[in-house]
Amino acid sequence: MRLLSVAGLTLARAAGPVGRPVVVDAGVVLGPAQTLGIAGESGCGKSTLLLALMGIVKPGLRVAAGQVWLDGTDILSAPAEDQRRLRGPVVALVPQSAALSLTPTMRIGAQLAEALAVHGRLAPAARPARVQDLLARVRLPDPARIGHRYPHELSGGQMQRVAIAMALACKPRLLLLDEPTSGLDASTQSGILDLLDTLRRETGMAMVCVSHDIGVLARLTARIAVMYAGRIVEDRPVGAFLRHPAHPYARALLASVPRIAALVLPLSIPGRPPAPGSVEQGCAFVPRCVRSGADCVTVPAFRDVASGGRVACHAPDEGPLILPAARTGATGAVRGDGVLIVRDLMVRYGKAGPLARLVGRPAPPAVVDGVSFTLAKGEILGRVGESGSGKSTILRAVAGLWPRSAGVVTLAGSGELAAQTVQRDRRALQRVQVVFQNPDASLNPRQSVREILAQPLRLYFNATPAEVERQGRDLLADVRLDPSYLDGRPGQLSGGERQRVALARAFAARPDVILCDEVTSALDVSVQASVLSLIRALCRTRGTACLFVAHDLAVVAALCDRVAVLHMGRIAEEGPATLICTAPRHAYTRSLIEIAQRNAAFGEDPEPLPS
Amino acid sequence: MTASSTLRAVLKQPSGVVGVALVVAHVTMALVAPMIVPHNPTLQSAGAILQAPSWTHPFGTDRLGRDLLSRALLGGREAMLIATLSTVAAMLWGAMLGLFVALQGGRTDAYVMRIVDAMVSIPWVLMVMIFVAALGVGARALIPVLGFSYGLSVVYIARAAALDFVARDFVLAAQARGERRVTILWREILPNVRDTLAVQGAMQWSWILLGISSLSFLGLGVAPPAPDWGLMIADGRGIMQAAPWTVLWPMAMLSSLIVGVNLAADAIAKALGVDRTFGVAAP
Repeated sequence: MRLLSVAGLTLARAAGPVGRPVVVDAGVVLGPAQTLGIAGESGCGKSTLLLALMGIVKPGLRVAAGQVWLDGTDILSAPAEDQRRLRGPVVALVPQSAALSLTPTMRIGAQLAEALAVHGRLAPAARPARVQDLLARVRLPDPARIGHRYPHELSGGQMQRVAIAMALACKPRLLLLDEPTSGLDASTQSGILDLLDTLRRETGMAMVCVSHDIGVLARLTARIAVMYAGRIVEDRPVGAFLRHPAHPYARALLASVPRIAALVLPLSIPGRPPAPGSVEQGCAFVPRCVRSGADCVTVPAFRDVASGGRVACHAPDEGPLILPAARTGATGAVRGDGVLIVRDLMVRYGKAGPLARLVGRPAPPAVVDGVSFTLAKGEILGRVGESGSGKSTILRAVAGLWPRSAGVVTLAGSGELAAQTVQRDRRALQRVQVVFQNPDASLNPRQSVREILAQPLRLYFNATPAEVERQGRDLLADVRLDPSYLDGRPGQLSGGERQRVALARAFAARPDVILCDEVTSALDVSVQASVLSLIRALCRTRGTACLFVAHDLAVVAALCDRVAVLHMGRIAEEGPATLICTAPRHAYTRSLIEIAQRNAAFGEDPEPLPS
Repeated sequence: MTASSTLRAVLKQPSGVVGVALVVAHVTMALVAPMIVPHNPTLQSAGAILQAPSWTHPFGTDRLGRDLLSRALLGGREAMLIATLSTVAAMLWGAMLGLFVALQGGRTDAYVMRIVDAMVSIPWVLMVMIFVAALGVGARALIPVLGFSYGLSVVYIARAAALDFVARDFVLAAQARGERRVTILWREILPNVRDTLAVQGAMQWSWILLGISSLSFLGLGVAPPAPDWGLMIADGRGIMQAAPWTVLWPMAMLSSLIVGVNLAADAIAKALGVDRTFGVAAP
């Protein structure tokens, strides 16, 4: 008996020119208690496919072909009332962002009770007990009382647990998860994944999980389907997939994941996915494929793979996944003279007002306390920590964007830096540049790339339009973008290209120090790999020192010469990347490494940490 | 969006076509009227008092025997000129102050905005009366008062529009580079609020025009005997029932212009994707 069966499902745009559909010819079969993970990068159609599994077609799309059979009903063509009856007891969804899916003005207990009431299975009197039971099932602390809280009173991980409890309310036989852990800290993420695994075992429900993070899927599901440009290109049992991925895209995707065990820059995938709406001509991966041949002008059919599963490729590679060799020994880190020296940095958010001081109320606690470090010329220093560890605050205080409460920041050759940018002289400003997390926000949508790059050139070097034109072209070449991009606007570029433009803008100032604030966390993993190698190359060729702040230890360890681990506003541990990752001394570092190993345990077996 | 593509998007909407046609017709009329009017608009004729529309006087005559067609064609010129200059003044100072306090934030923002709140509470007609008493009726008194009082609402709109952008990282990036405040306002924020301000300018213009006509009606605006719609309505008010044409033509002229500007502004707002509900009503 099949619980879910999808055949030839094609979802196309409802209006506009005929182009590549968003989901093409998708086929999925799932029995009771089976699990499937759908992997792919942004825009590949994975979330659209997931929603279609419960009969929801996103606005602007239409079903061009195919059916979704759920528990014997063709849910896409069933009347709305039948669809509604299936949602809840048969299929339930944990949406992408729990914080947005919970009603902010309703207590979470009441929201859960509402989910129970919709299907009217439970007498009103029995609901409070069931709500409490659900809250206990998702391991929320104090289930008897937490139901009286509002969503904003919970942490991100707790809200995610409430969203899971809500999906479980009607005991679904199939649970759909859309990026269940995105936006959560590594340790919180780990807790959610453990919970989902336990719940699946307890209830015997089937599960389909969508994620950009293959590590998440590897922990949660027995099978992984990889999507590219709307098509499922590979569908394999998880073990076989991780050791011997067959599709060239899947191989490249796995190789682009930074691994804590290797400490080298991951490999990136050249090129970019086909634009949405472009016309499909043969295999979509051909322009980026290392194995493409004459056959690839036709869309490949699925073929079986010896080690299990199937792949849609004319020339699949069934060899083991080859990953870059691990970095060993000393890193060749440049330990020259210090260019940026930070001593005893302390930052508080807000300060006690005159009234509070009068009544003797203490100042607000410090977010960053007693942080000292030295950045050597040309060195890449990593700073890793979870949200709230103060890692971005340090960066902003150094950049002069956030007032510091105490401490000294010295830039060799420019002396002590003033606390705020407005008090710094032009030379000091030019020598320290910042790259922000999200290029969507850090580039002005109304400016062309030329205007964006012109700003530092004009400000620091009084560049003429001709010089801007020439240097703009050089800068774009340095970040591996075509000179024709000068006339483009940020909205016309992909996320990775935007971040390259942001990097070009920072390097246009010819800085001595570059401060990178989570610059890859908004990017897809293959794009992240290319941005990381770009940062390394730019810093090495220009001798620029880099302070690289991120939440992902594997990313930081892969890029940086030295790593500092931040915990609750203090540096827990600092040292060469190789040493921090192989022989951590601090318990917090150890836990971060263990989580990173569990999340990316593929390609090879993780070595146990020496105790 | 370029000017020509915006115009094309405006003219795709039926209301935009009507609005633009009305505005273009009125502006053309104001420009060419002095050359085509059949009679001297201020020439009184004791023999032709309160004549109904006829071939010699297609719009009729008023109680002083002046030709209403000539007066109606010329009656918008002075008001439109004053409205244009007042709008430019209102937009300039209102937008500059609004953008500045939005970027500055903190105490400056709080203090300036409370002062603006207090200013808004003063009825602008009262201010006009004081200025008219000091400077006499006409453009000299009207432009500063209207430019100031209508500029207050521009401060709110410019500030609200800019607040959307001052918290974005590209402004932070500009601050990190050490750009001057003026540069940040001019290069980073203004291009993003330009569309909102353009639509707001068009709306301000129509409100100010209506305001000037109301003032003329009250005897505080354009000085008689110059032809002016507001004055003409005031003039014909008492004999409206006996000679309805004396008020009909200026009313038709004024309302078609106001409706035209509003339709055009709505269409421009839609074409640029500006939220028009944003605009606050006239003070």
